[in-house]
Amino acid sequence: MAEFGFTGIAALVIASSFWVVTARNLVHAAVALMGTLFGVAGLYVYLYADFLAATQVIIYVGGILVLIIFGVMLTQRISSAVLLQTHMPNRPLAGVVVFFLFMGLTSLLFRTPWHEGEQVMPESTVTIIGTSLLTKYLLHFEVASVLLLVALLGAAYLSRREDG
Amino acid sequence: MDSLQSYLFISIVMFCLGLYGVMTRRNGVAILMGIELILNSANLNFVAFNRFGGLGEHLPGHVFALFVIVMAASEAAVMLAIIINLYKNFQTVNVDEAHEMSG
Repeated sequence: MAEFGFTGIAALVIASSFWVVTARNLVHAAVALMGTLFGVAGLYVYLYADFLAATQVIIYVGGILVLIIFGVMLTQRISSAVLLQTHMPNRPLAGVVVFFLFMGLTSLLFRTPWHEGEQVMPESTVTIIGTSLLTKYLLHFEVASVLLLVALLGAAYLSRREDG
Repeated sequence: MDSLQSYLFISIVMFCLGLYGVMTRRNGVAILMGIELILNSANLNFVAFNRFGGLGEHLPGHVFALFVIVMAASEAAVMLAIIINLYKNFQTVNVDEAHEMSG
């Protein structure tokens, strides 16, 4: 059952991310992105990362995806959100580059003798992450909070009205 | 199936598809979606290596993935502000049509 679930989630992630980059309608691409993000959250559950799975659903699906859909609706009439891609000169070139990158990375993946240490399978990661953030990674935590503040102010400044 | 290699393979596929989206899309919001795919594939790598690589009891992979999510959120907010400004000034969000400064 667990094996079947893992295969299903992997297929969901790959198929929906393929749809994200090929859909001609932007709203369809956003819905496919939601499938990808939920699938990655499921993979986090298989990796014993319960806190990250919850964070993924709350921040990505509840925050970033809503922002993206706002972006689509504010810049386009929703009925005609079809991507106008009449001339796409770099599509064959991009296909070739991505194909060779994919082949190279895959052969690297199967030829490398990966070092596999002791598997980490904690009961709950919330306590460990909380302790790590406030002891070992305190400086990084503060830098991340300053980054969030600066990004928030910058976004508000950029999107204000000129005459306001 | 539930091995390090299978997670890394999923991550490779997501990264390549995201890169393809970034290279072929002209709409700014669609490019942002490709970037989100790339960031998610990197996050999947961090968490997979944390489980299978034996990185210790502080869960560095999880903490790094958390910081990547924070960065992705702030990046999405700033990029959408830029896109809305682009639409106000050029009435388009296709990034190759905003070439006023290219001479």
